[in-house]
Amino acid sequence: MLTLTHFLTIGAILFCLSVAGIFINRKNVIVLLMCIELMLLAVNMNFIAFSHFNGDVAGQVFVFFILTVAASEAAIGLAILVVLFRNRNSINVEDLGTMKG
Amino acid sequence: MFEQVVFYSFAAVLVLAATMVITVRNPVHAALFLVLSFFASSGLWLLMEAEFLAIALVLVYVGAVMVLFLFVVMMLDINLTVLREGFARYLPVAGMVAVLMFIAIGMVIEHEHFGLEKPASAVTHAADYSNTRELGLALYTQYIWPFEIAAVILLVAIIAAIALTLRHTRQTKAPKPEKQVAVRRQDRVRLIKVDAERQG
Repeated sequence: MLTLTHFLTIGAILFCLSVAGIFINRKNVIVLLMCIELMLLAVNMNFIAFSHFNGDVAGQVFVFFILTVAASEAAIGLAILVVLFRNRNSINVEDLGTMKG
Repeated sequence: MFEQVVFYSFAAVLVLAATMVITVRNPVHAALFLVLSFFASSGLWLLMEAEFLAIALVLVYVGAVMVLFLFVVMMLDINLTVLREGFARYLPVAGMVAVLMFIAIGMVIEHEHFGLEKPASAVTHAADYSNTRELGLALYTQYIWPFEIAAVILLVAIIAAIALTLRHTRQTKAPKPEKQVAVRRQDRVRLIKVDAERQG
């Protein structure tokens, strides 16, 4: 018998893994973006689980919007990455401190 | 029983693929493992009767976003050894943070105080129930304004991505709309009076 806790646990494991990924890959912008995608996937998993177990379709509508925003974010993030690589010839996070912000 | 077998196999693939995403050396392999984790979670979503979103995840994420990722990863010539610096140094911190965070989330989702035990059994639907129809009904009536805003966000993303990566070289041949609009009749058309000539 599958319960809500099963799916929430999978979401939690996925979220924690992606947080750990952000820590250990803190030089590589591409892997950081992938970790963010993984985080959004974990959140979507929770939304769909609650939608399924409460019988409410609104949770799935939210997942739809999260997918939209994640796609835009990935497109703009990768565009910034391409411009960065063109100007700096590297995607190391440490090379991004030029503006001393 | 069958559901549990499906759940645990997909969950195992998902966790394994996610672990590989954050640990592999090559970003191309990381992107491919991310594709695998998207497929596995799409299977889990099918198990939760969210058919439309499961298919949308495969089509939109695997088909568009991950192809974009792979395209960028392969286009850039990255020095991998520099980017791996500090991997072993931050591994203990990362593991500690992840375990602590999991314990914190686990205290919430295992506890009875938050009413999570109440929807113990899922709301199952008949075989002719259409998830896509229900989602469409909600999306186009109750959530029509958020839907329109999502469309605008996508438009902004398109324009921003093009504007960021467009290179203005001498070879770029593009019309200049502001000049086209500002042009007037007397700039382009010249009326000439030609005298009629006599045949002869």
